[in-house]
Amino acid sequence: MTFRKYLVLAGVTVFAAAGDSMLSHGMKETGSISIHHLQGVILAILNPWVAVGIVLLLAFFASYMNALSWADLTYVLPATSLGYVLLALVAKFALHEQVSPMRWLGIALISGGVGFVAGGPALTHPESPPMEEGAKDATPSANPVSATGAES
Amino acid sequence: MKHAYTWGGILIVVFFSVVGDILIARAMKQVGDVHALLRRSGVWTVVGRVLSNSNFFLGVAAMAVAFFSLLFALSWGDVSLVAPAAASLTFIGNAFAAKIFLHERVDRRRWIAAVLVAAGVALLAG
Repeated sequence: MTFRKYLVLAGVTVFAAAGDSMLSHGMKETGSISIHHLQGVILAILNPWVAVGIVLLLAFFASYMNALSWADLTYVLPATSLGYVLLALVAKFALHEQVSPMRWLGIALISGGVGFVAGGPALTHPESPPMEEGAKDATPSANPVSATGAES
Repeated sequence: MKHAYTWGGILIVVFFSVVGDILIARAMKQVGDVHALLRRSGVWTVVGRVLSNSNFFLGVAAMAVAFFSLLFALSWGDVSLVAPAAASLTFIGNAFAAKIFLHERVDRRRWIAAVLVAAGVALLAG
């Protein structure tokens, strides 16, 4: 695990939380959608909160895909749930809202779960051919790799 | 009747979320470590590999279905039921599916984590 990879996981957490909250705020403004009025979906997307929420969720998706390229699904998923903890902490300390004991219990459970997974390896499944291929490639072209590596 | 709609909606959301997550995870494992790829051959190789992967498109389609069914379910049922139920059931579903379809070693540590996170999400979002 490099610093960059931790940054990607942080991106997964933050973008998911911010995107979800914008989306739910926007959907509360637009109200309910019925099957008989499908154009309601289009109207929902035109709501600025929903639109910004969708952009943030796209950013979440990019970091999520990045993380899945080097880590297990069961490793990355708990990171998305840390977003709920983040939202509760923002509600408490930035918005000075009341956070009930049940919610603190929820925060404790999620944090505990994330701790359990983070203590183990990021990648467990046996077959990952692109990694081996990458390792083989890295040896003969050691110089160009280190040259571009210094650049980034 | 409203309950049946709500729970039906939740189950549809969970099913398509799990299918989408599994397909995207499989696609990205086929693409390979993005950080190593970026260093070796640049952004366009990564973009090209992702866009030429059929699992990626199937996964995105499944996630789009999940997204729109979530919008419907949210407008039918209470947010305080739909959001936490869908999120926490998706966690449990994904742990099973990752073990079966992606052959991830979901050991006791990860099962405990999946249950803790699902319970925590249900409490927090409720």
